[in-house]
Amino acid sequence: MTDFRSRVEGERPYLLRYARLQLRDRHAAEDVVQETLLAALAGEAGFAGRSNLRTWLTGILKHKIIDALRRLAREAPLADDEGDVEAPFDERGHWREPPSGWEDPDTLLEQKEFLAALERCLAGLPQKSAQAFMMREHLGFETGDICKELGITPTHCWVLLYRARMALRECLQESWFAK
Amino acid sequence: MILSCKEATQLVSQGLDRRLGFAERVTLRLHLAICNGCSHFRKQALFLRKAMRRLAESD
Repeated sequence: MTDFRSRVEGERPYLLRYARLQLRDRHAAEDVVQETLLAALAGEAGFAGRSNLRTWLTGILKHKIIDALRRLAREAPLADDEGDVEAPFDERGHWREPPSGWEDPDTLLEQKEFLAALERCLAGLPQKSAQAFMMREHLGFETGDICKELGITPTHCWVLLYRARMALRECLQESWFAK
Repeated sequence: MILSCKEATQLVSQGLDRRLGFAERVTLRLHLAICNGCSHFRKQALFLRKAMRRLAESD
């Protein structure tokens, strides 16, 4: 019993980091992690027989994050992101500066420094694009569900995801690959 | 139909979120075949997806 408690507690840093990436707010992240740990301790029986504690906890945390996102969307609907997605292109739709290739990026995925740079770029995204992108690529939502949760049309959702990808590649290009 | 790079990158991005129609896939493939910038963009968007997965798993 105490063993289970300390193992659950040991996952707190991982869960906090996960929640912070999603919610972009330290206090909100601490709240959902606290709720998750309490739910996990109360529901130890639900874990019985499963092999991976982290996976199980992350599953609970995802639900808490989704609830929190819903609550946030209700209480304080986000204004649409400022910023011009046209910027990388001229008025005829040509690249101002065509992307060059990234050398052997897969090996970077094992580098902590690179993942930290990615996190910094994520933190710099406009709020709404960030939320859609994190729901899509971090929580693994389908676009239809993101639209529903954020109360937007599919077209709008694609625009947000497009902006996020464009901004992230630019940020990584400047902060990592150009160096 | 000829795509601009702006339109091509929009389709690349949407292709990660919905199934593109036949005509969209054909015009996009034609564009990518002759455009290095957009091909790099496509590889980078796919890489971002992989990186986000890696990030979700990492400590």
